[in-house]
Amino acid sequence: MRGLEQHLDEFRAHGVRVVAISVDSPEATRKLCEKRGYRYTFLSDPKAEVIRRYGVLHAHAGPGGQDMARPAEFLIDATGTVRWANLTEDWRIRARPENILKVIEDLKLGSHFAR
Amino acid sequence: MKRHRNILLWAGFGVTLLAFLSYFVFFARFPVTRDFPWANLILFIAGGWLLGIGLRRAFSESERYRGKVSGTVLSALSLLVFGFFLFYNFYLAKQLPSPSDAPHVGQKAPDFTLSDTNGKPVTLSELLAASSAGQNSAEKGNKAVLLDFYRGYW
Repeated sequence: MRGLEQHLDEFRAHGVRVVAISVDSPEATRKLCEKRGYRYTFLSDPKAEVIRRYGVLHAHAGPGGQDMARPAEFLIDATGTVRWANLTEDWRIRARPENILKVIEDLKLGSHFAR
Repeated sequence: MKRHRNILLWAGFGVTLLAFLSYFVFFARFPVTRDFPWANLILFIAGGWLLGIGLRRAFSESERYRGKVSGTVLSALSLLVFGFFLFYNFYLAKQLPSPSDAPHVGQKAPDFTLSDTNGKPVTLSELLAASSAGQNSAEKGNKAVLLDFYRGYW
């Protein structure tokens, strides 16, 4: 998430809005953002409903056996279609922002509107 | 004759603890040292090397160095710490359920409404509509949304 923040201006330059989702409450998330200086959008899914809908539920994995999300990234274009997704096999290992930016460049998301 | 303190044993144990803790407080921040914990494995090797020399002194030069008992205990603890590090990194972190019903590339992303950090509801379709609306204006609008699911509990 630090990496996303460090590359946020590049994502914005490519017209990509970055949105992070977890089961944490809005208050806890706001504290995290203030502490770390994150500027992108953070959303709270305390009941893991959206997390479940996206198939990225990691049941009972929280500190007290609560449900949480497994790390995952989805790139969704303006038509609402998934253009790229990354579901890691190891929760320590996330997609690197520079690789996601490469994917965004290769997909040429802007060309859809240029026609 | 008074025997010397076997400082290498304590140094080795200290380096081992450092090797363990530094992953979580420092090296895990950077993808290069997080995805494969090579920096920490080097520290573990250094710790083991110090402990090894300390143990050799304690046992083969026991008339000059102390540390038979403390060295054995510290080495056992270090092995335990190293074992847990390996267990966490190479087993526990890979225990993820299979993402059976995640939307695939080319499928529609499920719409949703969730609260942002101010408690304000945010809808995916609105974010995406805001995406295309900006296209014809002078302002460069969004072309896509990157959803980043994370574990939370910070």
